[in-house]
Amino acid sequence: LARPARPLGPYDTSEPVTPYGQATTYNNFYELGVSKDDPARNASALQVRPWTVEIDGEVEKPVTVDIDKLQSWFPLEDRIYRMRCVEGWSMVMPWLGFPLAALLRRVQPTGEARYVKFTAINDPQHLPGQQEPILDWPYVEGLRLDEAMHPLTFMAMGLDGKVLLPQSGAPLRLAVPWKYGFKSIKSVVRITLTASQPQTTWSLAAPDEYGFYANVNPAVPHPRWSQATERRIGELRRRDTLPFNGYAEQVAGLYKGMDLRRFY
Amino acid sequence: MPAVTVGGLLPAAVLILDALGGALGANPVQRALHQTGQLALIVLLLSLVCTPLRRLTGWTWPARVRKALGLLAFFYALLHFAIYLFDHDFAPGLVLADVLERPFITAGFTALLLLVPLALTSTPQSVRRLGFARWTRLHQLVYASACLGALHYWWGVKKDHTSPLLAALALAALLAARWLWPAGRSRAGRRATSR
Repeated sequence: LARPARPLGPYDTSEPVTPYGQATTYNNFYELGVSKDDPARNASALQVRPWTVEIDGEVEKPVTVDIDKLQSWFPLEDRIYRMRCVEGWSMVMPWLGFPLAALLRRVQPTGEARYVKFTAINDPQHLPGQQEPILDWPYVEGLRLDEAMHPLTFMAMGLDGKVLLPQSGAPLRLAVPWKYGFKSIKSVVRITLTASQPQTTWSLAAPDEYGFYANVNPAVPHPRWSQATERRIGELRRRDTLPFNGYAEQVAGLYKGMDLRRFY
Repeated sequence: MPAVTVGGLLPAAVLILDALGGALGANPVQRALHQTGQLALIVLLLSLVCTPLRRLTGWTWPARVRKALGLLAFFYALLHFAIYLFDHDFAPGLVLADVLERPFITAGFTALLLLVPLALTSTPQSVRRLGFARWTRLHQLVYASACLGALHYWWGVKKDHTSPLLAALALAALLAARWLWPAGRSRAGRRATSR
């Protein structure tokens, strides 16, 4: 994957990118273990080829497609996004991939489609984390259709000019920069358009701590810690967390009239 | 310095060397926070092993290392709190909100507070000044501190509660041992206390 050499685009942050070595050794990916350094250590347990992605549900043209074929459908773009973990740390990630909207337009959502459900790899035979009942496997996530169609919502296949490593969610992962990191599901095998709101893994595991929306919001604390500040990886001092992770101008309109304390 | 103190301070030395050598990973503050918290609880649990071990075996050495273990636990708890304060930029507003509003932090902070009077009265002079019975009663606060520490650990983990569960089980076993072998009942205990 070649990283296009170009000036910053309208969706890029100009903040310094998190060093690749740190971005690929400090990960939450419970399928590969619960410690931050487990996913890098257990990376070889994730078999990234052959890999097919099934796109089904409320679409006119459902398809099951090989990952390399899927990649050839879209020109790769790069996006330098902030990534804010619900645990209070953040990184700046130079993703490579394509907007989810491009994929959804291709399969043509029906008039019934209101939500998009994502399902991650289920391979308890090889993935050490899935041999324990840490979470309800496979990991599932969801977006409202308008969130999914937003130009910021991105499907990443590479990072920093290189093919995604397993610990980063190879070979295909979501990147929704205004939501807490757990929304950006890794190693996606299925994308299903639905009429009703899909269940999501963390909101099933701890509904009082993690909601469906999970928009970055400094005003709504996690029950066990404040979300007002964050530590950017590589920095010692904390910095203020911004509403919608600094993407309010682009996405606040999606939630007009909603009580974001209730829909956290 | 007795061997227990030297050995007990080794993890702190390793932590400092790791920090200076950049070996604490991408989020060194969080790593140091977790390590010192776990050390505080582990050493506190070790200090609670001393009395049942003495009563069961009649050995006296566990009683002699108890104080050093207790002070080491307090040292790691203080270090843990200092790193937590650093993690919050020493901002009194943030810390106060945490302590008052979040049970997870309230539990940990109270566990530390309860250890303060115990550390302050850890000298033989204090035992004499307070009288053995009152001193003993005061030092029973360690049970409350350990329980709150274990609860704090449980609440601090996002998922996979294996380690906090092991700590809680160890604590429960140590408390049960006190109930099973109360002071001065067993022959070994009498032998030990008569010395």
